[in-house]
Amino acid sequence: MAKVTIGKKACAVNPLKMSQPIGGALAFMGLRGAMPLLHGSQGCTSFGLVLFVRHFKEAIPLQTTAMSEVATVLGGLDNVEQAVLNIYNRAKPELIGICSTGVTETKGDDVEGYLKLIRDKYPDLAKFPMVYVSTPDFKDAFQDGWEKTVARMIEVLVDQPGNAARKDPSRVNVLPGCHLTPGDIEELRIIIEDFGLEPSFLPDLGGSLDGHIPDEFTPTTIGGIGVEEVATMGYASWTIAIGEQMRRAAEAMEKKAGVPFKLFDRLCGLSPNDDFIMFLSSISGRPVPMKYRRQRGQLVDAMLDGHFHLGGRKLAIGAEPDLLFDISSMLHEMGTRVTAAVTTTASPVLARVAVDEVLIGDLEDLETLAKDRGCDLLITHSHGRQGAERLKIPFFRMGLPMFDRLGAGHLVSVGYRGTRDLIFGISNLIIADGEENHEPTPDTWRTPAGLAADAATAVSTH
Amino acid sequence: MSSLSATIQGVFNEPGCGKNANKSEAERKKGCTKQLQPGGAAGGCAFDGAKIALQPLTDVAHLVHGPIACEGNSWDNRGAKSSGSNIWRTGFTTDINETDVVFGGEKRLYRAIKEIIEKYNPPAVFVYQTCVPAMIGDDIDAVCKAAREKFGKPVIPINSPGFVGPKNLGNKLAGEALLEHVIGTEEPDYTTPYDLNIIGEYNLSGELWQVKPLLDELGIRILSCISGDGRYREVAYSHRARASMMVCSKAMINVARKMEERYGIPFFEGSFYGITDSSDSLREIARMLVERGAPDELIGRTEAVIAREEARAWAAIAPYKPRFEGKKVLLITGGVKSWSVLAALQEAGLELVGTSVKKSTKEDKERIKELMGQDAHMIDDMAPREMYKMLKDARADIMLSGGRSQFVALKASMPWLDINQERHHAYMGYVGMVRLVEEIDKALYNPIWEQVRKPAPWENPANNWQAKAIAQLDAEAAALAANPELAEKARRAKKICNCKSVDLGTIEDAIAAYALDTVEGVREKTNASGGCGACAGRVEEILASLSRPEDILSIPALAAAE
Repeated sequence: MAKVTIGKKACAVNPLKMSQPIGGALAFMGLRGAMPLLHGSQGCTSFGLVLFVRHFKEAIPLQTTAMSEVATVLGGLDNVEQAVLNIYNRAKPELIGICSTGVTETKGDDVEGYLKLIRDKYPDLAKFPMVYVSTPDFKDAFQDGWEKTVARMIEVLVDQPGNAARKDPSRVNVLPGCHLTPGDIEELRIIIEDFGLEPSFLPDLGGSLDGHIPDEFTPTTIGGIGVEEVATMGYASWTIAIGEQMRRAAEAMEKKAGVPFKLFDRLCGLSPNDDFIMFLSSISGRPVPMKYRRQRGQLVDAMLDGHFHLGGRKLAIGAEPDLLFDISSMLHEMGTRVTAAVTTTASPVLARVAVDEVLIGDLEDLETLAKDRGCDLLITHSHGRQGAERLKIPFFRMGLPMFDRLGAGHLVSVGYRGTRDLIFGISNLIIADGEENHEPTPDTWRTPAGLAADAATAVSTH
Repeated sequence: MSSLSATIQGVFNEPGCGKNANKSEAERKKGCTKQLQPGGAAGGCAFDGAKIALQPLTDVAHLVHGPIACEGNSWDNRGAKSSGSNIWRTGFTTDINETDVVFGGEKRLYRAIKEIIEKYNPPAVFVYQTCVPAMIGDDIDAVCKAAREKFGKPVIPINSPGFVGPKNLGNKLAGEALLEHVIGTEEPDYTTPYDLNIIGEYNLSGELWQVKPLLDELGIRILSCISGDGRYREVAYSHRARASMMVCSKAMINVARKMEERYGIPFFEGSFYGITDSSDSLREIARMLVERGAPDELIGRTEAVIAREEARAWAAIAPYKPRFEGKKVLLITGGVKSWSVLAALQEAGLELVGTSVKKSTKEDKERIKELMGQDAHMIDDMAPREMYKMLKDARADIMLSGGRSQFVALKASMPWLDINQERHHAYMGYVGMVRLVEEIDKALYNPIWEQVRKPAPWENPANNWQAKAIAQLDAEAAALAANPELAEKARRAKKICNCKSVDLGTIEDAIAAYALDTVEGVREKTNASGGCGACAGRVEEILASLSRPEDILSIPALAAAE
């Protein structure tokens, strides 16, 4: 049972956290033909845009209401109106998703009210899908923005089926947390379809940010779930929510459309996937396909091979709550000792991380803890590279942003196969580090009297 | 905020800025606060600009006062290089929360400064103001002053909240902060007649180091570089330099000019992109230093170095020239690079089919005309679809641009090379030029292009997405060509002044109706060029062309933008 503590520093050094509005914007990118719009000054959008471009290596649709100093003070109605009209006329989107920012929240813009005025003024827009989410930068983190936005999409976009409406037994809704990559989504789609089920992913980053070449040139998102499909999600027989963060969205779906939900708090590791596969088998009424029986065997074998390298390692991990819980739990089951854990925001799942204490803090905290506790494996997003270099320990990149390596969108950690590959990836990193940095020399075990004393003091001050 | 608005006014009064100098007093007051278009805008904010301009000062702790978005979403994303301290790469932010928004964030800011000084002990802390604390009235000047007195260390406020304007304004506000709080506050250990400032150079990918060896060889000391690979102390004593070279006029002209005014340091604007430009700059540096008291022999030594380096570079480039014959380049970049890189490419024998001038000044455009001829294809603003078509129609063989537009080229299966801030290679000076040529060659002749352009074996080649996209564009063009009325309407609807949203038709009508012949006249009647003033040149072109109405479509800027 981990204790969650909150850092007391006034100054965040080397932030692990990213802002809430861009978490919301990313959720909108999982809808087809969508244009996410940040209601704030230009930089709010620009920073998010650059971050996503560097991570996904894809063109990213993201717009701004370009609030100036004066507009910020007077209120942003005109800017929201102009932005909506400009986007509607130029980009011809199927949906505009609007997230507020710190500036417009500090001023207190009533965007929901603005949208009503705009819809009244322009009949074309009366029925046009626009979803607004309040996501101030000065509160919460990336994951919270995603979570609020998905819940809000369900509240606004899903139709309420009539009482007599029959559920379609083959349809399932899948609500993935923001810790899943487009590659994860594709893997889950294959697994679910292999049970004869038809999944609707909300949001579906698999279709929009998986790095494919589009059929047509478009300024909006190039794939993802369509607004009309979201509207019919109420007819599914089950909702599968992945990650504790999706509980609120799953509850919203149940409340609005009466779809029962099952929440999987993680999908990396052997036992969570056993549960997942058995759940799919039971709701579909089909036996587990031979393919997954074989994959399970491969994972077990990979765990046996990997535990020699992962066992006993002291892990320092910095990630958003669900990713932290997911990866650290799997590694804990592999014999890794989770020794330092830092996250960005509060979540009930943190109490269940296999560590004494989870700190809501920054990468400086993680680095300090890792150093003090002698960690020998670091997992966090690309910003951890400087710390890993100083600590001289192997560094595995996970999470967003991952800007200095290719294929961030295709990293898979769900399912038997994803877990297997992740175990190999981390183990191989450790093996390579051993070869490169810890090859024994004739002097490795030599301990002349004087040297030993020096070495002892060096270690204790280290 | 009065001091901030005064600073902004001061920046707008910049006499060294041609654009400003050409405006009337009243307009200058309005400044460059171009209204950005909601839902149609891209690019950074003033805070972004200020941070970009100052962050390459490598031993300074850069503390961002604001919510997590401003630093958390953006830190550690630029490839400037440091020869010493790495503290500039550390992200510091107050990450303010709801409580701070309600009760004010000044106490947190003060404590943050204290923590940084205690833990990292940098020679100085720079504090960046962002939108939210500016709105709630946090007085960072006062906090910095208190911290400065308490800790006996420079704590410099950079007043540049994002919403005051675009990135470029932020660059200048950063310069103002240096002028007000840093430059002239310390003295160098010694001075020489060979002391040079370089202003507006950021050492991206370590580019400055491609040139520094030549300066070292000549005995010229970079007293301070603002801000690439810079140290706080160097900037503080930079007022003792003999001359300055200004590399990026858009960003730092206020610094160069005010240093001339206050300390009598003459400056010139130069570039180290391209062989000729590098030679010109070295010559100018030598000339200015000699003028300011360095021994005459410096000029001769400089010429010798130039001759040697040019010969080496030409020899290295020569083998590529036949490979580049007939190859065409589309250059989409901002400001000064639109002409400085252009010169470099021409030296390698590449043909330029177009260059963007969106962020260029009138002087930049003149330089482009000098290099490319009067009918230079200058592109004001190009939609991604048009860029794509240009590449697709093979009117260009390669696109050079920044990271944002890279996917236009890549998705068109066309070679692309990054020449903006995220690039991985250094392209400055003689060696950089050779490197650029090598990289272009690598991109152009990579066998993957043949591979990736092959349609899938089961695909009908006439029906692939590339064909469809082209057909769509062609259909639009054909519709315009077949219908003169529509074409005329489209031509007249072309926006000339983006700030005041004035189209070509309105301007033409006004010119005809009131027999206007000056930009001022057009502004009075239509409001065009009443905003940032950037379109004054285009209005001039329209005025000129109306005396020869048959030429109207051949105005390069207009034709390009159609």
